[in-house]
Amino acid sequence: MQIPTIVGAGLIVIGAGLGIGKIGGSAMDAIARQPEASGKIQTAMLIAAALIEGIGFAALFAA
Amino acid sequence: MVISKKPLHFIVAALVAFLPLVNYANTTTDSTAVPVEAAAVAEGQHHAEEAPKDLKTEIKEFIGHHLMDSYDFHLFSYKDDAGVEKHIGFPLPVILIDNGLQVFSSAEFHHGEHAAESNGNYYRLYHGKIYKVANAEEEVAVDEHHHATNAQPLDFSITKNVFMIFVVALIMFFLFTNLAKSYAKNGGIASGAGRFFEPIILYIRDDIAIPNIGKNYKKYMSYLLTIFFFIWFLNIFGLTPLGINVTGNIAVTACLAILTYVITTLTANKNYWGHIFWMPGVPTPMKIILAPIELLGTIIKPFSLMIRLYANMVAGHVVLMSIIGLMFIFKNWLGSSLSFFLAFALSLLEILVAALQAYIFTMLSALYFGAANEEHHHDDHH
Amino acid sequence: MEKLLDQFSLGLFFWQFLLFVGLILLLKKFAWKPILDAVNEREEGIKDALLSAENAKKEMMNLKADNQKLLDQARAERDTMIKEAREIKEKMIADAKSEAQVQGAKMIEQAKASIESEKNAALAELKSQVSGLSVDIAEKLLKAELSNKESQSALVEKMLGEVKLN
Repeated sequence: MQIPTIVGAGLIVIGAGLGIGKIGGSAMDAIARQPEASGKIQTAMLIAAALIEGIGFAALFAA
Repeated sequence: MVISKKPLHFIVAALVAFLPLVNYANTTTDSTAVPVEAAAVAEGQHHAEEAPKDLKTEIKEFIGHHLMDSYDFHLFSYKDDAGVEKHIGFPLPVILIDNGLQVFSSAEFHHGEHAAESNGNYYRLYHGKIYKVANAEEEVAVDEHHHATNAQPLDFSITKNVFMIFVVALIMFFLFTNLAKSYAKNGGIASGAGRFFEPIILYIRDDIAIPNIGKNYKKYMSYLLTIFFFIWFLNIFGLTPLGINVTGNIAVTACLAILTYVITTLTANKNYWGHIFWMPGVPTPMKIILAPIELLGTIIKPFSLMIRLYANMVAGHVVLMSIIGLMFIFKNWLGSSLSFFLAFALSLLEILVAALQAYIFTMLSALYFGAANEEHHHDDHH
Repeated sequence: MEKLLDQFSLGLFFWQFLLFVGLILLLKKFAWKPILDAVNEREEGIKDALLSAENAKKEMMNLKADNQKLLDQARAERDTMIKEAREIKEKMIADAKSEAQVQGAKMIEQAKASIESEKNAALAELKSQVSGLSVDIAEKLLKAELSNKESQSALVEKMLGEVKLN
């Protein structure tokens, strides 16, 4: 049975969204715990989110 | 990380500040929406007469055209009283390599309606690309997938995107040479617009280059600064009603990503190659497995850079224009004003994304340069 | 993916590459290098100014400490001088006192001695005068008593009567 690519795209978006959401949530926790390290945490968060986003987009274009 | 906080604050503040205006703005958009709707309806009727095209497909096509590069600088078009389409804008030169150099103005295409002739060769525009045709009357042949089958000449035209890249390069050159000159004139203190850009330059140096690259940061500063402002300015230009989409073009982002990859590869030290081909600290069989993965990783990194910028910009433009298009599809005041506000909020978000994508591209480039320059990664006290 | 590749335009890539690399090189020469140099210079200047201010402050503190030290020294010196003067004064007073006492005692002694000698001399003179007087008186008396023969013989008689031969 052929699964439409739009379903795959949806799955990708769900996965990437969950991943970025988790990163953002953890970063918020970390900042709440250590507000003085917020700069470093934000940088790391952005990088991690960007990497997931990149994979998400790559998969989206492949789909 | 000041820069990531401030735009957010600004957006929240702007949205909150706009809340009391909602009622007032509703009535104004309502009153302005009427002629717009009328125009849209009139246009729809006109289209209905000549071709069975509904508003949705028209908007879809318009977005598609907006995202693509074009051979003329097209600002807007309208229909005069006689129903003839008028295009406002200016043509740009077309440069083709096909039996020698063929240079002619894109005005000769007449917005795709005619074939252009140069030195006895005939060219036709089809879906934003130039195809060679045998004579002035011949149309571009298409296969069953709507792909053109005609030959494509090598195309080095000054397209809209090339033109905009040139404009942005000129703006950057004058802006930053002026900033550089103002230091000498003003006793080491920036003046004018430089006052705004100097903190950004310092931010890139102190918070992007130095923490990620380390003590060798100086030789990468020119590239990082240029790429940041280049992407940022082009992103911002993409949000203007000029309707350009340079950073949302795969060739542009590919060029930037390839430059990052080339610089990373050329300036890498033996530590970097050691980590790719013979990862220290893991058993030998793992080293053999890791080598191709790491090697692939070096290519995936710039590839993700390219895709990320491209996709973010395209997605931003598509979403923004779709919502603006919704204004014409909703034929009542509530939906139109609602989508107006959605478009407004999204525009603000896109301003943030414009800066954020430039930041991320610069940041990740710096990160890759840092990895290529790393010394003593695996210390003995591990 | 094919759509992506279809969108890729070699001409745009070529121009982008050319313009961007040119832009990097031009900006490097005419903008980034002067800007970063100026900023660096300024930062160095600020650092230097701060350092020199810190140094000046330190010097000032040193000067202040020196002044304090000098002041303290002067004060101590003054104190010792005053103390010394006081001691000298006291000593002088004490010396003068004892001297005066000694001198006084000596003078008293001398006075006493001279008084004694004067007294003795006066006594001796008195004695000699008294003895001369008494002899004179006795002489006169005797002359008066023994001016005739009967009285002389009466006396002798009397005296012989008084003297009892044992």
